[in-house]
Amino acid sequence: MRRPKLLYVPFWLSYVFLYLPIAVLVIMSFNSGESAYTFDGFSLKWYGVLAEDERILDGLVNTLIVATGSTVIATVLGTMMAVGLARFTKSKIMDALALMPAVLPDLVLAIGLLVFYGTIQLTLGLYSVVLAHALFSMAFVAAVVRTRLTGADTSLEEASRDLGAGPVVTFMKVTLPQLTPGIVAGALLAFTLSLDEFVIAYFTIGNNEQTLPIVIYSMIRFGVTPKINALAAILLLVSFTAVIAGQRLTKIGESRAQD
Amino acid sequence: MSRSRGRWLGAFVFLSPGLAYLVVLMLVPLALVFSYTVFQRGRFGGVVYEFTTENFERLFDPLYLSVLGDSLKIAAITTVAALLIGYPTAYLIAQLPRRWKTLALVAIVLPFWTNFIIRVYAWTILLSGPGLVNSALAKLGLGPFELLYNQGTIVAGLLYSYLPLMVLPLYAAIEKLDPQLREASANLGASGFTTFRKVTLPLTVPGVLTGSLFVFVPSFGNFVIPEMLGGNKSIMVGNLVRNQFLSARDWPFGATLSLALIAVLVVLLIVQAWAARRA
Repeated sequence: MRRPKLLYVPFWLSYVFLYLPIAVLVIMSFNSGESAYTFDGFSLKWYGVLAEDERILDGLVNTLIVATGSTVIATVLGTMMAVGLARFTKSKIMDALALMPAVLPDLVLAIGLLVFYGTIQLTLGLYSVVLAHALFSMAFVAAVVRTRLTGADTSLEEASRDLGAGPVVTFMKVTLPQLTPGIVAGALLAFTLSLDEFVIAYFTIGNNEQTLPIVIYSMIRFGVTPKINALAAILLLVSFTAVIAGQRLTKIGESRAQD
Repeated sequence: MSRSRGRWLGAFVFLSPGLAYLVVLMLVPLALVFSYTVFQRGRFGGVVYEFTTENFERLFDPLYLSVLGDSLKIAAITTVAALLIGYPTAYLIAQLPRRWKTLALVAIVLPFWTNFIIRVYAWTILLSGPGLVNSALAKLGLGPFELLYNQGTIVAGLLYSYLPLMVLPLYAAIEKLDPQLREASANLGASGFTTFRKVTLPLTVPGVLTGSLFVFVPSFGNFVIPEMLGGNKSIMVGNLVRNQFLSARDWPFGATLSLALIAVLVVLLIVQAWAARRA
Protein backbone atom coordinates (compact mmCIF):
# COMPACT_ATOMS: atom_id res chain seq x y z
CA MET A 1 0.00 0.00 0.00
CA ARG A 2 1.13 3.52 -0.71
CA ARG A 3 2.55 5.52 2.14
CA PRO A 4 3.38 9.02 0.88
CA LYS A 5 6.51 10.40 2.55
CA LEU A 6 4.72 13.65 3.30
CA LEU A 7 2.41 11.87 5.77
CA TYR A 8 5.34 11.16 8.07
CA VAL A 9 5.57 14.86 8.91
CA PRO A 10 2.27 15.08 10.87
CA PHE A 11 2.86 11.54 12.18
CA TRP A 12 6.15 12.38 13.87
CA LEU A 13 4.86 15.83 14.76
CA SER A 14 2.11 14.17 16.83
CA TYR A 15 4.61 12.22 18.89
CA VAL A 16 7.01 15.14 19.37
CA PHE A 17 4.06 17.31 20.32
CA LEU A 18 2.79 14.75 22.86
CA TYR A 19 6.14 13.98 24.48
CA LEU A 20 8.24 17.15 24.32
CA PRO A 21 6.45 18.99 27.17
CA ILE A 22 6.58 15.87 29.38
CA ALA A 23 10.27 15.33 28.65
CA VAL A 24 11.17 18.93 29.50
CA LEU A 25 9.20 18.68 32.73
CA VAL A 26 11.02 15.52 33.83
CA ILE A 27 14.44 16.98 32.98
CA MET A 28 13.68 20.15 34.91
CA SER A 29 12.72 18.11 37.98
CA PHE A 30 16.43 17.17 38.33
CA ASN A 31 17.50 20.82 38.35
CA SER A 32 19.94 21.80 41.07
CA GLY A 33 19.01 25.48 40.79
CA GLU A 34 15.91 27.30 42.03
CA SER A 35 14.37 27.95 38.62
CA ALA A 36 11.71 25.76 37.05
CA TYR A 37 12.81 26.94 33.60
CA THR A 38 16.63 26.99 33.32
CA PHE A 39 18.74 23.94 33.99
CA ASP A 40 21.76 24.60 36.25
CA GLY A 41 22.96 21.06 36.93
CA PHE A 42 21.81 17.64 38.08
CA SER A 43 20.40 17.14 41.58
CA LEU A 44 17.77 15.11 43.39
CA LYS A 45 17.17 17.74 46.04
CA TRP A 46 13.64 18.63 44.88
CA TYR A 47 12.53 15.05 45.44
CA GLY A 48 13.71 15.43 49.04
CA VAL A 49 11.87 18.74 49.44
CA LEU A 50 8.79 17.05 48.06
CA ALA A 51 8.88 14.18 50.56
CA GLU A 52 8.73 16.71 53.41
CA ASP A 53 5.81 18.72 52.05
CA GLU A 54 2.84 17.90 54.27
CA ARG A 55 0.30 19.57 52.04
CA ILE A 56 1.23 17.29 49.18
CA LEU A 57 1.24 14.20 51.38
CA ASP A 58 -2.20 15.14 52.77
CA GLY A 59 -3.44 15.68 49.23
CA LEU A 60 -2.12 12.27 48.23
CA VAL A 61 -3.89 10.57 51.15
CA ASN A 62 -7.15 12.38 50.35
CA THR A 63 -6.89 11.40 46.68
CA LEU A 64 -6.42 7.75 47.61
CA ILE A 65 -9.39 7.85 50.02
CA VAL A 66 -11.65 9.42 47.37
CA ALA A 67 -10.49 7.02 44.66
CA THR A 68 -10.99 3.96 46.86
CA GLY A 69 -14.42 5.02 48.13
CA SER A 70 -15.78 6.03 44.75
CA THR A 71 -14.37 2.91 43.07
CA VAL A 72 -16.16 0.63 45.56
CA ILE A 73 -19.53 2.34 45.03
CA ALA A 74 -19.08 2.61 41.27
CA THR A 75 -18.00 -1.02 40.88
CA VAL A 76 -20.99 -2.42 42.80
CA LEU A 77 -23.62 -0.16 41.22
CA GLY A 78 -22.04 -0.20 37.75
CA THR A 79 -21.80 -4.00 37.65
CA MET A 80 -25.43 -4.36 38.73
CA MET A 81 -26.49 -1.82 36.11
CA ALA A 82 -24.60 -3.70 33.41
CA VAL A 83 -26.24 -7.01 34.33
CA GLY A 84 -29.68 -5.39 34.52
CA LEU A 85 -29.24 -3.65 31.17
CA ALA A 86 -27.83 -6.66 29.34
CA ARG A 87 -30.14 -9.33 30.72
CA PHE A 88 -33.43 -7.80 31.78
CA THR A 89 -34.37 -4.77 29.68
CA LYS A 90 -34.11 -3.72 26.10
CA SER A 91 -34.75 -0.10 26.96
CA LYS A 92 -32.70 2.36 24.88
CA ILE A 93 -33.57 5.14 27.31
CA MET A 94 -32.07 3.20 30.22
CA ASP A 95 -28.93 2.58 28.16
CA ALA A 96 -28.58 6.27 27.40
CA LEU A 97 -29.24 7.23 31.02
CA ALA A 98 -26.55 4.83 32.28
CA LEU A 99 -23.99 6.40 29.93
CA MET A 100 -25.03 10.00 30.57
CA PRO A 101 -22.60 10.78 33.42
CA ALA A 102 -19.70 9.79 31.15
CA VAL A 103 -20.94 11.91 28.25
CA LEU A 104 -21.96 15.13 30.01
CA PRO A 105 -19.17 17.72 30.30
CA ASP A 106 -17.51 17.48 33.73
CA LEU A 107 -18.30 21.14 34.40
CA VAL A 108 -22.03 20.49 34.03
CA LEU A 109 -21.95 17.54 36.44
CA ALA A 110 -19.85 19.63 38.83
CA ILE A 111 -22.24 22.58 39.04
CA GLY A 112 -25.23 20.23 39.24
CA LEU A 113 -23.71 18.56 42.29
CA LEU A 114 -22.66 21.87 43.84
CA VAL A 115 -26.20 23.23 43.48
CA PHE A 116 -27.69 19.98 44.80
CA TYR A 117 -25.38 19.81 47.83
CA GLY A 118 -26.13 23.49 48.48
CA THR A 119 -29.88 22.93 48.30
CA ILE A 120 -29.86 20.05 50.79
CA GLN A 121 -27.31 22.02 52.86
CA LEU A 122 -24.76 19.25 52.95
CA THR A 123 -21.42 20.31 54.39
CA LEU A 124 -18.83 19.67 51.68
CA GLY A 125 -15.85 17.42 52.29
CA LEU A 126 -14.17 14.26 51.06
CA TYR A 127 -17.38 12.22 51.09
CA SER A 128 -19.18 14.67 48.80
CA VAL A 129 -16.35 14.10 46.30
CA VAL A 130 -16.59 10.32 46.80
CA LEU A 131 -20.30 10.43 45.88
CA ALA A 132 -19.57 12.70 42.91
CA HIS A 133 -16.74 10.57 41.52
CA ALA A 134 -18.80 7.40 41.91
CA LEU A 135 -21.40 9.00 39.62
CA PHE A 136 -19.24 9.17 36.49
CA SER A 137 -17.14 6.11 37.38
CA MET A 138 -20.31 4.03 37.57
CA ALA A 139 -21.03 4.82 33.90
CA PHE A 140 -17.56 3.62 32.86
CA VAL A 141 -17.77 0.43 34.95
CA ALA A 142 -21.23 -0.32 33.52
CA ALA A 143 -19.95 0.19 29.97
CA VAL A 144 -16.89 -2.03 30.44
CA VAL A 145 -18.78 -4.86 32.21
CA ARG A 146 -21.56 -4.66 29.66
CA THR A 147 -19.17 -5.25 26.74
CA ARG A 148 -18.17 -8.48 28.44
CA LEU A 149 -21.79 -9.53 29.01
CA THR A 150 -22.86 -8.99 25.41
CA GLY A 151 -20.07 -11.27 24.24
CA ALA A 152 -20.70 -13.87 26.97
CA ASP A 153 -22.36 -17.23 26.45
CA THR A 154 -25.69 -17.58 28.35
CA SER A 155 -25.80 -21.37 28.01
CA LEU A 156 -23.88 -21.87 31.28
CA GLU A 157 -26.48 -19.87 33.16
CA GLU A 158 -29.29 -21.82 31.51
CA ALA A 159 -27.56 -25.10 32.41
CA SER A 160 -27.26 -23.98 36.01
CA ARG A 161 -30.96 -23.15 36.13
CA ASP A 162 -31.86 -26.47 34.46
CA LEU A 163 -29.86 -28.32 37.09
CA GLY A 164 -32.05 -26.75 39.75
CA ALA A 165 -29.98 -23.80 40.99
CA GLY A 166 -32.03 -20.74 41.92
CA PRO A 167 -31.46 -17.33 40.30
CA VAL A 168 -29.36 -16.06 43.22
CA VAL A 169 -27.06 -19.09 43.29
CA THR A 170 -26.74 -18.97 39.50
CA PHE A 171 -25.79 -15.31 39.62
CA MET A 172 -23.23 -15.76 42.40
CA LYS A 173 -21.66 -19.00 41.15
CA VAL A 174 -21.95 -18.70 37.37
CA THR A 175 -22.53 -15.16 36.13
CA LEU A 176 -20.30 -13.27 38.54
CA PRO A 177 -17.15 -15.40 38.10
CA GLN A 178 -17.48 -15.06 34.32
CA LEU A 179 -17.64 -11.30 34.70
CA THR A 180 -14.65 -10.95 37.02
CA PRO A 181 -12.10 -9.77 34.40
CA GLY A 182 -14.56 -7.12 33.21
CA ILE A 183 -15.29 -6.00 36.76
CA VAL A 184 -11.57 -5.75 37.58
CA ALA A 185 -10.92 -3.75 34.40
CA GLY A 186 -13.87 -1.46 35.20
CA ALA A 187 -12.69 -0.93 38.77
CA LEU A 188 -9.15 -0.09 37.59
CA LEU A 189 -10.57 2.40 35.13
CA ALA A 190 -12.73 3.98 37.85
CA PHE A 191 -9.76 4.24 40.21
CA THR A 192 -7.50 5.87 37.60
CA LEU A 193 -10.20 8.32 36.52
CA SER A 194 -10.78 9.38 40.12
CA LEU A 195 -7.03 9.83 40.82
CA ASP A 196 -6.70 12.36 38.01
CA GLU A 197 -10.08 14.04 38.23
CA PHE A 198 -9.90 17.77 38.90
CA VAL A 199 -13.00 19.74 37.87
CA ILE A 200 -15.68 17.87 39.83
CA ALA A 201 -13.46 17.55 42.91
CA TYR A 202 -12.67 21.27 42.75
CA PHE A 203 -16.38 22.16 42.87
CA THR A 204 -17.54 19.61 45.43
CA ILE A 205 -14.77 19.45 48.03
CA GLY A 206 -15.39 22.67 49.98
CA ASN A 207 -12.70 24.71 51.71
CA ASN A 208 -11.22 22.32 54.24
CA GLU A 209 -9.74 19.53 52.17
CA GLN A 210 -7.77 19.17 48.94
CA THR A 211 -7.07 16.27 46.60
CA LEU A 212 -3.68 16.06 44.91
CA PRO A 213 -4.77 17.60 41.58
CA ILE A 214 -6.24 20.53 43.53
CA VAL A 215 -3.02 20.93 45.54
CA ILE A 216 -1.02 21.01 42.30
CA TYR A 217 -3.44 23.47 40.72
CA SER A 218 -3.27 25.91 43.61
CA MET A 219 0.53 25.57 43.92
CA ILE A 220 0.90 26.44 40.24
CA ARG A 221 -1.27 29.53 40.69
CA PHE A 222 1.19 30.80 43.29
CA GLY A 223 4.18 30.29 41.02
CA VAL A 224 6.20 27.39 39.68
CA THR A 225 9.05 25.65 41.48
CA PRO A 226 11.09 22.56 40.58
CA LYS A 227 9.23 20.89 43.48
CA ILE A 228 6.11 20.67 41.30
CA ASN A 229 8.24 19.29 38.49
CA ALA A 230 9.49 16.55 40.81
CA LEU A 231 5.95 15.70 41.87
CA ALA A 232 4.85 15.70 38.23
CA ALA A 233 7.71 13.38 37.26
CA ILE A 234 6.73 10.89 39.98
CA LEU A 235 3.05 10.95 38.98
CA LEU A 236 4.00 10.48 35.32
CA LEU A 237 6.13 7.48 36.23
CA VAL A 238 3.28 5.98 38.30
CA SER A 239 0.64 6.36 35.59
CA PHE A 240 2.98 5.19 32.79
CA THR A 241 3.82 2.08 34.79
CA ALA A 242 0.15 1.44 35.57
CA VAL A 243 -0.92 1.77 31.92
CA ILE A 244 1.87 -0.46 30.63
CA ALA A 245 1.19 -3.05 33.35
CA GLY A 246 -2.52 -2.94 32.49
CA GLN A 247 -1.66 -3.42 28.82
CA ARG A 248 0.52 -6.45 29.67
CA LEU A 249 -2.20 -7.93 31.90
CA THR A 250 -4.89 -7.69 29.21
CA LYS A 251 -2.47 -9.27 26.74
CA ILE A 252 -1.82 -12.19 29.08
CA GLY A 253 -5.57 -12.49 29.67
CA GLU A 254 -6.23 -12.53 25.93
CA SER A 255 -3.61 -15.15 25.13
CA ARG A 256 -4.91 -17.38 27.95
CA ALA A 257 -8.44 -17.02 26.60
CA GLN A 258 -7.21 -18.12 23.17
CA ASP A 259 -5.38 -21.22 24.46
CA MET B 1 -42.60 -18.13 38.59
CA SER B 2 -43.52 -16.91 35.15
CA ARG B 3 -40.76 -15.73 32.82
CA SER B 4 -41.98 -12.17 32.52
CA ARG B 5 -42.37 -11.79 36.27
CA GLY B 6 -38.78 -13.02 36.70
CA ARG B 7 -37.67 -10.49 34.12
CA TRP B 8 -39.34 -7.61 35.92
CA LEU B 9 -38.02 -8.70 39.29
CA GLY B 10 -34.49 -9.05 37.85
CA ALA B 11 -34.65 -5.64 36.21
CA PHE B 12 -35.87 -4.13 39.45
CA VAL B 13 -33.24 -5.79 41.65
CA PHE B 14 -30.31 -4.99 39.37
CA LEU B 15 -31.28 -1.59 38.04
CA SER B 16 -32.99 0.22 40.89
CA PRO B 17 -29.88 0.99 43.04
CA GLY B 18 -27.93 2.49 40.13
CA LEU B 19 -31.03 4.21 38.80
CA ALA B 20 -31.78 5.77 42.18
CA TYR B 21 -28.18 7.00 42.32
CA LEU B 22 -28.48 8.57 38.86
CA VAL B 23 -31.79 10.22 39.70
CA VAL B 24 -30.64 11.70 43.01
CA LEU B 25 -27.13 12.80 42.01
CA MET B 26 -27.59 13.64 38.34
CA LEU B 27 -31.19 14.18 37.19
CA VAL B 28 -32.43 16.07 40.25
CA PRO B 29 -29.29 18.28 40.31
CA LEU B 30 -29.65 19.05 36.58
CA ALA B 31 -33.33 19.88 37.07
CA LEU B 32 -32.37 22.19 39.94
CA VAL B 33 -29.73 23.92 37.80
CA PHE B 34 -32.23 24.46 34.99
CA SER B 35 -34.90 25.74 37.35
CA TYR B 36 -32.40 28.28 38.72
CA THR B 37 -32.29 29.97 35.32
CA VAL B 38 -35.66 31.67 35.94
CA PHE B 39 -34.98 32.75 39.54
CA GLN B 40 -33.10 35.64 41.11
CA ARG B 41 -29.74 35.47 42.80
CA GLY B 42 -29.50 35.44 46.56
CA ARG B 43 -27.44 38.12 48.22
CA PHE B 44 -24.80 35.70 49.48
CA GLY B 45 -24.98 33.07 46.75
CA GLY B 46 -27.79 30.58 46.44
CA VAL B 47 -31.11 31.61 44.99
CA VAL B 48 -34.25 33.60 45.78
CA TYR B 49 -37.32 31.88 44.39
CA GLU B 50 -38.83 34.84 42.55
CA PHE B 51 -39.45 34.56 38.84
CA THR B 52 -37.31 36.63 36.48
CA THR B 53 -36.24 36.59 32.82
CA GLU B 54 -33.26 38.77 33.64
CA ASN B 55 -30.75 35.90 33.39
CA PHE B 56 -31.72 35.16 29.80
CA GLU B 57 -31.65 38.86 28.90
CA ARG B 58 -28.14 39.06 30.30
CA LEU B 59 -27.10 36.06 28.20
CA PHE B 60 -27.76 38.12 25.05
CA ASP B 61 -25.54 40.92 26.25
CA PRO B 62 -22.88 41.35 23.49
CA LEU B 63 -20.18 40.77 26.10
CA TYR B 64 -21.40 37.26 26.92
CA LEU B 65 -22.31 36.47 23.33
CA SER B 66 -18.76 37.28 22.29
CA VAL B 67 -17.42 34.87 24.94
CA LEU B 68 -19.72 32.16 23.58
CA GLY B 69 -18.54 33.01 20.06
CA ASP B 70 -14.86 32.89 21.10
CA SER B 71 -15.39 29.53 22.82
CA LEU B 72 -17.02 28.13 19.69
CA LYS B 73 -14.17 29.47 17.57
CA ILE B 74 -11.43 28.11 19.85
CA ALA B 75 -13.08 24.68 20.10
CA ALA B 76 -13.64 24.58 16.32
CA ILE B 77 -10.03 25.52 15.50
CA THR B 78 -8.80 22.90 17.98
CA THR B 79 -11.01 20.25 16.37
CA VAL B 80 -9.85 21.07 12.84
CA ALA B 81 -6.19 21.11 13.93
CA ALA B 82 -6.65 17.76 15.69
CA LEU B 83 -8.18 16.35 12.52
CA LEU B 84 -5.34 17.68 10.34
CA ILE B 85 -2.57 16.07 12.36
CA GLY B 86 -4.66 13.21 13.76
CA TYR B 87 -5.82 11.80 10.43
CA PRO B 88 -2.38 11.24 8.87
CA THR B 89 -1.14 9.86 12.20
CA ALA B 90 -4.02 7.37 12.47
CA TYR B 91 -3.62 6.50 8.77
CA LEU B 92 0.04 5.60 9.18
CA ILE B 93 -0.47 3.74 12.46
CA ALA B 94 -3.11 1.59 10.77
CA GLN B 95 -0.53 0.52 8.17
CA LEU B 96 2.36 -0.24 10.51
CA PRO B 97 3.41 -3.87 11.08
CA ARG B 98 1.43 -5.45 13.95
CA ARG B 99 4.22 -5.15 16.54
CA TRP B 100 4.78 -1.45 15.93
CA LYS B 101 1.08 -0.74 15.65
CA THR B 102 0.36 -1.58 19.30
CA LEU B 103 3.38 0.40 20.44
CA ALA B 104 2.39 3.43 18.36
CA LEU B 105 -1.17 3.32 19.71
CA VAL B 106 -0.10 2.96 23.33
CA ALA B 107 2.27 5.89 22.84
CA ILE B 108 -0.62 8.02 21.61
CA VAL B 109 -2.85 7.13 24.56
CA LEU B 110 -0.19 7.14 27.28
CA PRO B 111 -0.08 10.91 27.93
CA PHE B 112 -3.86 10.88 28.17
CA TRP B 113 -3.63 8.66 31.26
CA THR B 114 -1.43 11.08 33.14
CA ASN B 115 -2.70 13.88 35.28
CA PHE B 116 -4.49 16.51 33.24
CA ILE B 117 -3.30 19.46 35.36
CA ILE B 118 0.30 18.30 35.04
CA ARG B 119 0.06 18.02 31.28
CA VAL B 120 -1.22 21.58 31.04
CA TYR B 121 1.42 22.74 33.50
CA ALA B 122 4.14 21.20 31.30
CA TRP B 123 3.17 23.71 28.62
CA THR B 124 3.68 26.70 30.89
CA ILE B 125 7.25 25.48 31.49
CA LEU B 126 7.86 25.04 27.79
CA LEU B 127 6.40 28.34 26.65
CA SER B 128 7.07 30.74 29.51
CA GLY B 129 9.36 33.77 29.13
CA PRO B 130 12.63 32.01 30.10
CA GLY B 131 11.39 28.60 28.90
CA LEU B 132 12.80 26.17 26.35
CA VAL B 133 11.13 27.58 23.25
CA ASN B 134 12.31 31.11 23.92
CA SER B 135 15.84 29.91 24.77
CA ALA B 136 15.96 28.02 21.48
CA LEU B 137 14.71 31.08 19.61
CA ALA B 138 17.27 33.27 21.41
CA LYS B 139 20.07 31.06 20.04
CA LEU B 140 18.78 31.97 16.59
CA GLY B 141 18.82 35.61 17.59
CA LEU B 142 15.05 35.90 17.86
CA GLY B 143 12.62 36.86 20.58
CA PRO B 144 11.94 36.63 23.42
CA PHE B 145 8.26 36.33 22.57
CA GLU B 146 5.23 36.31 24.84
CA LEU B 147 4.13 32.81 23.96
CA LEU B 148 1.80 32.22 26.86
CA TYR B 149 -1.54 33.76 27.63
CA ASN B 150 -3.24 34.13 24.28
CA GLN B 151 -5.87 32.23 22.33
CA GLY B 152 -3.21 30.37 20.34
CA THR B 153 -1.79 28.94 23.56
CA ILE B 154 -5.26 27.81 24.59
CA VAL B 155 -5.68 26.01 21.27
CA ALA B 156 -2.26 24.35 21.71
CA GLY B 157 -3.15 23.21 25.23
CA LEU B 158 -6.54 21.84 24.18
CA LEU B 159 -5.03 20.13 21.14
CA TYR B 160 -2.35 18.57 23.32
CA SER B 161 -4.89 17.32 25.85
CA TYR B 162 -7.46 15.87 23.45
CA LEU B 163 -5.47 14.75 20.37
CA PRO B 164 -5.61 11.08 21.52
CA LEU B 165 -9.42 11.29 21.47
CA MET B 166 -9.23 12.17 17.77
CA VAL B 167 -6.62 9.57 16.78
CA LEU B 168 -8.35 6.56 18.40
CA PRO B 169 -11.74 6.66 16.59
CA LEU B 170 -9.97 7.58 13.34
CA TYR B 171 -7.63 4.64 13.75
CA ALA B 172 -10.60 2.34 14.42
CA ALA B 173 -12.34 3.57 11.25
CA ILE B 174 -9.25 3.36 9.01
CA GLU B 175 -8.21 -0.04 10.37
CA LYS B 176 -11.60 -1.51 9.41
CA LEU B 177 -11.20 -0.49 5.76
CA ASP B 178 -10.69 -3.29 3.30
CA PRO B 179 -7.27 -2.67 1.69
CA GLN B 180 -8.62 -4.25 -1.52
CA LEU B 181 -10.85 -1.22 -2.06
CA ARG B 182 -7.82 1.03 -2.26
CA GLU B 183 -5.92 -1.46 -4.42
CA ALA B 184 -8.87 -1.65 -6.79
CA SER B 185 -8.97 2.13 -7.00
CA ALA B 186 -5.24 2.27 -7.72
CA ASN B 187 -5.48 -0.52 -10.31
CA LEU B 188 -8.20 1.39 -12.07
CA GLY B 189 -5.74 4.23 -12.48
CA ALA B 190 -6.68 6.58 -9.67
CA SER B 191 -3.81 8.57 -8.17
CA GLY B 192 -3.03 8.25 -4.45
CA PHE B 193 -4.82 11.46 -3.69
CA THR B 194 -7.90 10.59 -5.76
CA THR B 195 -8.12 7.22 -3.99
CA PHE B 196 -7.94 9.00 -0.67
CA ARG B 197 -10.56 11.56 -1.65
CA LYS B 198 -13.00 9.16 -3.31
CA VAL B 199 -12.51 5.94 -1.32
CA THR B 200 -10.68 6.27 2.01
CA LEU B 201 -12.09 9.57 3.24
CA PRO B 202 -15.80 8.92 2.52
CA LEU B 203 -15.60 5.50 4.20
CA THR B 204 -14.00 6.92 7.33
CA VAL B 205 -16.45 9.81 7.80
CA PRO B 206 -18.04 8.15 10.89
CA GLY B 207 -14.60 8.07 12.54
CA VAL B 208 -14.03 11.71 11.62
CA LEU B 209 -17.38 12.69 13.15
CA THR B 210 -16.83 10.72 16.37
CA GLY B 211 -13.30 12.04 16.81
CA SER B 212 -14.43 15.62 16.17
CA LEU B 213 -17.16 15.32 18.77
CA PHE B 214 -14.74 13.79 21.30
CA VAL B 215 -12.40 16.76 20.84
CA PHE B 216 -14.99 19.50 20.53
CA VAL B 217 -17.08 18.67 23.63
CA PRO B 218 -14.32 18.83 26.27
CA SER B 219 -12.68 21.80 24.50
CA PHE B 220 -15.82 23.89 24.39
CA GLY B 221 -16.68 23.45 28.08
CA ASN B 222 -13.12 23.74 29.36
CA PHE B 223 -12.13 26.21 32.02
CA VAL B 224 -8.83 24.86 33.35
CA ILE B 225 -6.79 25.24 30.16
CA PRO B 226 -7.99 28.80 29.38
CA GLU B 227 -7.26 29.73 32.97
CA MET B 228 -3.77 28.21 33.11
CA LEU B 229 -2.64 29.03 29.57
CA GLY B 230 -4.88 31.91 28.54
CA GLY B 231 -4.23 34.33 31.38
CA ASN B 232 -6.80 36.96 32.16
CA LYS B 233 -7.18 38.32 28.66
CA SER B 234 -9.07 35.50 27.09
CA ILE B 235 -11.90 33.67 28.76
CA MET B 236 -14.16 30.94 27.52
CA VAL B 237 -17.71 30.09 28.54
CA GLY B 238 -16.40 27.51 31.04
CA ASN B 239 -14.52 30.26 32.89
CA LEU B 240 -17.69 32.36 33.02
CA VAL B 241 -19.64 29.46 34.52
CA ARG B 242 -16.89 28.77 37.04
CA ASN B 243 -16.70 32.43 38.06
CA GLN B 244 -20.44 32.76 38.51
CA PHE B 245 -20.52 29.75 40.82
CA LEU B 246 -17.27 30.07 42.74
CA SER B 247 -16.43 33.79 42.84
CA ALA B 248 -19.30 36.05 41.74
CA ARG B 249 -21.77 33.78 43.55
CA ASP B 250 -24.49 34.47 41.01
CA TRP B 251 -25.82 30.91 40.73
CA PRO B 252 -28.88 31.70 38.58
CA PHE B 253 -26.79 33.40 35.90
CA GLY B 254 -24.16 30.64 36.10
CA ALA B 255 -26.97 28.12 35.59
CA THR B 256 -28.22 30.07 32.55
CA LEU B 257 -24.72 30.11 31.05
CA SER B 258 -24.36 26.37 31.54
CA LEU B 259 -27.75 25.85 29.93
CA ALA B 260 -26.42 27.75 26.90
CA LEU B 261 -23.31 25.54 26.96
CA ILE B 262 -25.44 22.38 27.00
CA ALA B 263 -27.72 23.77 24.28
CA VAL B 264 -24.76 24.23 21.94
CA LEU B 265 -23.57 20.68 22.61
CA VAL B 266 -27.05 19.21 22.06
CA VAL B 267 -27.33 21.00 18.70
CA LEU B 268 -23.93 19.57 17.75
CA LEU B 269 -24.94 16.06 18.81
CA ILE B 270 -28.03 16.29 16.62
CA VAL B 271 -25.98 17.55 13.66
CA GLN B 272 -23.47 14.76 14.26
CA ALA B 273 -26.15 12.06 14.39
CA TRP B 274 -27.72 13.44 11.20
CA ALA B 275 -24.37 13.56 9.39
CA ALA B 276 -23.46 10.06 10.58
CA ARG B 277 -26.71 8.68 9.19
CA ARG B 278 -26.07 10.27 5.80
CA ALA B 279 -22.50 9.01 5.65
